[in-house]
Amino acid sequence: MISAKNVIKKFGDLVAVNDVSFEIKAGEIFAFLGPNGAGKTTTIKMLTTLLEPTSGHLEINGNDPVKEKDEARYSFGIVFQDPSLDDELTAYENMHFHGVLYGVPKKQLKERIEQLLKFMELWDRKDDLVKHFSGGMKRRLEIARGLTHHPKILFLDEPTLGLDPQTRNHIWSYIKELNKKENMTVFFTTHYMEEADRVADRIAVIDHGKIIEQGTPTEIKTKTNSATLEDAFLALTGNTIREEKAESAMRIGRRMWHKR
Amino acid sequence: MVGSLGQPLLFLVALGYGFGPIYAKAGGGNYIQFLAPGVICMGILFTAAFAGIEMIWDRQFGFLRETLVAPVSRFNIMLGRTLGGATVAVIQGIIVLILSMIVGFRPENLLMLPFALLFMFLIAILFTAFGTAIASVLEDMQGFQLIMNFLIMPIFFLSGSFFPLVGLTGAIDIIAKANPLTYGVDGLRGTLMTMNHFPLSLDLLVMTLVTAALLAIGSYLFSKIQI
Repeated sequence: MISAKNVIKKFGDLVAVNDVSFEIKAGEIFAFLGPNGAGKTTTIKMLTTLLEPTSGHLEINGNDPVKEKDEARYSFGIVFQDPSLDDELTAYENMHFHGVLYGVPKKQLKERIEQLLKFMELWDRKDDLVKHFSGGMKRRLEIARGLTHHPKILFLDEPTLGLDPQTRNHIWSYIKELNKKENMTVFFTTHYMEEADRVADRIAVIDHGKIIEQGTPTEIKTKTNSATLEDAFLALTGNTIREEKAESAMRIGRRMWHKR
Repeated sequence: MVGSLGQPLLFLVALGYGFGPIYAKAGGGNYIQFLAPGVICMGILFTAAFAGIEMIWDRQFGFLRETLVAPVSRFNIMLGRTLGGATVAVIQGIIVLILSMIVGFRPENLLMLPFALLFMFLIAILFTAFGTAIASVLEDMQGFQLIMNFLIMPIFFLSGSFFPLVGLTGAIDIIAKANPLTYGVDGLRGTLMTMNHFPLSLDLLVMTLVTAALLAIGSYLFSKIQI
C-alpha cells in the first residue's frame, strides 16, 4: 500500500532522510518513531506530495507521489503535525470545506461532520471561529477534519500531541475501529511510546535519517531485551537530547553534522 | 475594507480638487472626470494584489498545506483563489465608483457600464494572479513591503491614472506603455468617459493577453510549491 525504496532527501548539505526503505501492507497500522528531527515529518511530506525526494522511489496506493501527484492525493488523508486550520472559519466550516475538497457526498458529509464533532465534543462550539479555540480543541478539530473523508491511507503526524490521556484513548479507539471496518491503512508518528506499543501492528525506528530497526512491537522489545517500548526506543536511539530548527521544512537535527 | 476605501477617496478629493483648477487652466477640462477611473483602478489594484499576496499568510499559518494535499488540481486551487480575490477587488472598485459619483464624478455613458465592469474584472484578475505568483515564490511576509514599494506603487503611479498619456516623452512614455495597468485605466476611462488614449480594442487585447500570461505563470509557480 505504501512503499519507499532507497529514499534520500537533502536540504543543501543536510541529509534529512538517508536511504530509507519500508513496505506497508493494506490495512496495517504502522508507527514511525524517532527522536525530534530524525526525518519523520520529511518522510511524510514526501509521501504526501508536499516535497519531492532527492532520489529513490516512493509509492502510495500504486501511484508515484512525484509523477502522479493528483492520483496519489486521492488515496490519502493527513493530520499535520503543525496546525493547518483556517482560523477565520468556524469549526463547522473547516470541516465542510475539507469535505467539499475531497468530494464527500453532501448528505454523508453532513452526517459525518455531526458524528465527528459530537465524538470530539466540539458540537456545541461548531459555529465558533477556530481562532477562539484552545490548543486541545484545535487539535481535536484537526483530527476530526482528517477523518471526514474515509481515506484508504491515513497519515497522522504526532496527532495526539498535547492531548490528555482520555482524549488520546478516545481518538485511538475511533481510528482503530475505522482501520478494522474500512481496512484503512494508518501511518503515524508519535512520541508516546506506550501509544505506539498499544496501537501499531508494526514499527520502524528512524534516527539521523536512517531506519535503525523495524518489526512488531514485541520483536523490537525482544531484540533490544527491553521490558517496554520506551526502553527499547532509548536503547536504540541513545539518551542525548536532539536539537531542532524551528522552520518546518528544516526539521532536521543539526546533529547530522557531527555524528558520533 | 473601510481602510482600503479611505485611500482612493483621499486621492480623489485631494488631487481632484487640488489640481483641478490648474488642470482646467491647462485646457484639460474637469480633472475629477479624468481622475475618477484612475482612482477606481487604484482601489482594484491594491485589493487584488493584496488578495494574491495574502497567500503567504496561509502558508505561514499552515492552512495552505491543507489545500495543497487535497485531491484537487493545483490549477483549480489557484484559479479559485484568484477568482475569489478578484471578486472582492471588483466589489471594492464598484464601491469606489459609487463614492466618486458622490464626490462629483459623472460617467458619460452608463450604457457602457457592463464593459467598464469587464475591464474592472480583467484588472482584478490580472493583479490577483500577479500577487499569487509572487506569493508562490516568497516564503514569509518580510518581502511584502519590498513588493509594495518597488512593484505595486510604481505600477500604480506610472500607469496614467493621474496624468494624460498625450504628449509624454522619453522614459516615462515607454514605461507607461509597458505597464499593463495603463491599458486597464485607459479601457475604464474609455468605457466610462470616452476619454481613451488607445483604441478600446487594443486595451482589451493587451489586458486579456497579460491576464492569461500571468494566470499561466501563477499556476505554474503555484504547482511547484514545496513545503
